[in-house]
Amino acid sequence: MTKKVATREAYGRALAELGKKNSAVVVLDADLSKSTKTADFAKVFPDRFFNMGVAEQNLMGTAAGLAAAGKIAFASTFAVFAAGRAFDQIRNSVAYNRLNVKIAATHAGITVGEDGGSHQAIEDIALMRSLPNMTVFVPADEAETAGAVEAAAQMNGPVYIRLGRAGVPPIHGEGFRFETGKAVVVREGRDAAVIATGIMVTVALEAAVTLAKEGIEVRIISMHTIKPLDVKTIVSAARETGALVTAEEHSVIGGLGGAVSEAVCENHPVPLKRLGIQDEFGESGKPDELLVKFGLTAAAIAGAVREVVKRKG
Amino acid sequence: MENSEKELAVLKAAANEIRQDIIRMLGTAGSGHPGGSLSAADIVTALYFKFLRIDPENPKNPDRDRFILSKGHAAPVLYSALAQRGYFKREELLTLRKLGSRLQGHPDMKKLPGVDMSTGSLGQGLSAANGMALAGRLDSKDYRVYVLLGDGETQEGQVWEAAMASAHYRLDNLTAFLDHNRLQIDGPIEEVMSPEPLADKWRAFGWDVQVIDGHDMNQILQAVERALTVKGKPQMIVAETVKGKGVSFMENQAGWHGSTPNQEQTEKALAELLANKL
Repeated sequence: MTKKVATREAYGRALAELGKKNSAVVVLDADLSKSTKTADFAKVFPDRFFNMGVAEQNLMGTAAGLAAAGKIAFASTFAVFAAGRAFDQIRNSVAYNRLNVKIAATHAGITVGEDGGSHQAIEDIALMRSLPNMTVFVPADEAETAGAVEAAAQMNGPVYIRLGRAGVPPIHGEGFRFETGKAVVVREGRDAAVIATGIMVTVALEAAVTLAKEGIEVRIISMHTIKPLDVKTIVSAARETGALVTAEEHSVIGGLGGAVSEAVCENHPVPLKRLGIQDEFGESGKPDELLVKFGLTAAAIAGAVREVVKRKG
Repeated sequence: MENSEKELAVLKAAANEIRQDIIRMLGTAGSGHPGGSLSAADIVTALYFKFLRIDPENPKNPDRDRFILSKGHAAPVLYSALAQRGYFKREELLTLRKLGSRLQGHPDMKKLPGVDMSTGSLGQGLSAANGMALAGRLDSKDYRVYVLLGDGETQEGQVWEAAMASAHYRLDNLTAFLDHNRLQIDGPIEEVMSPEPLADKWRAFGWDVQVIDGHDMNQILQAVERALTVKGKPQMIVAETVKGKGVSFMENQAGWHGSTPNQEQTEKALAELLANKL
């Protein structure tokens, strides 16, 4: 079995690597550097690392100032504090000015686990994708994370990178190349398509194996960029398979499911089911227990696929 | 150090011109914020006509001094200073708040050359100033960062997060002004939500603090000159000011925070300012 790596760990490594290549990169954290893994960067580049303490509004504003003075500023904290607590600072100081601030938010979704609902960001994708100028990445594994970090550093303007606490297995082979706004078909299929993001890509691949045994061939798409959305790949999937399921560790309101529904309704309506958090807050528990409780399992995805395939008529 | 009578006279005249611009702009726009623009006019004049190392021909020069108007609603005072320094033609001032204008209701760095940071949502300017000051130090540049805050604005928690950080990182290349005009939209700051004692609070947060008369040009110049010599600490200049300063019927009236003069009031205000011109 291949080793699981949390995307936050992949971020820490990619960031330290990026620091060597690009001296304009600076990193800010809000007293969570050991958890967000920005400590990896801080160890190598202490002069380019700024701990702002438990003060997320100032974290984002300071990142904006550094970016306005020519730096590429990576700002990290937990997703719930980054996107939620500092939303106005991200809106007015960062996004409005299209500044080079890369918000790398870790511990997103319910797999934060035991800390409970107060710490489980289930609305951050919706918040970030609603902001003009913002690019939104939700990598599914180590390779997508490394690609997202590199792409974020290359592009001019604000980026939100959503990262997780829990380990995920690799889903891409050696030749994988991350392209902003270009979804990846990780498994072919003609009967339905599951469009997944973050940790749900792995879960969707498990569901595809089960469904294949029943004779249902499912296309699995890793949507690592939520914005700009790869409408072309979504519409192709709708046209070619005729049935869609979205899967995300996020509210079904405004996130991947919302974005895909908008694209499909406008371009090529087909039966569609959104899997995610059903408009409720999370709670304490082990990550695996919570995924079962909130219906983010391979069995739930398989069930949703059967349902949309039936609705094709 | 005494500043020459001649220099003071030039600066006072410039501040008077800025106040006239503010009245003309807001009279034409029909919306906007005269009170806090007028109270900040002398401070902004001192910065733009004496201290800021800037080049209107090269507004993005990485070595330039930065100025952030954290109380972004006082945009007219900044726009007038920028126009008078030659960033754009003074006629453009009368496009304030109109569709398609580069002079947005609150300063927009993407639209207008010379604006170093967009502001408007209160409490955010000092954080951005910290970032610029940190970047300057990291790059071994000798530029300075100036920021102007409102007193009502200090009710925003982010101001104190930022104040803590400026001192923690010993940002001595950062000089802040507090436009202490004591009024906010709903009335006197001490009645709405007192942030006092402000000078003591900044001192407690680790800043070098001076308290001056924010309409006495000589005191402003001396305070900045002294601030420039401070090592290891950010500097706060608490400027005691009068909201609406320079227009008798606007002075100390909270109502003039966000309402604009009609034609008759505009003429009366301009006449007063012209009469007081040196």
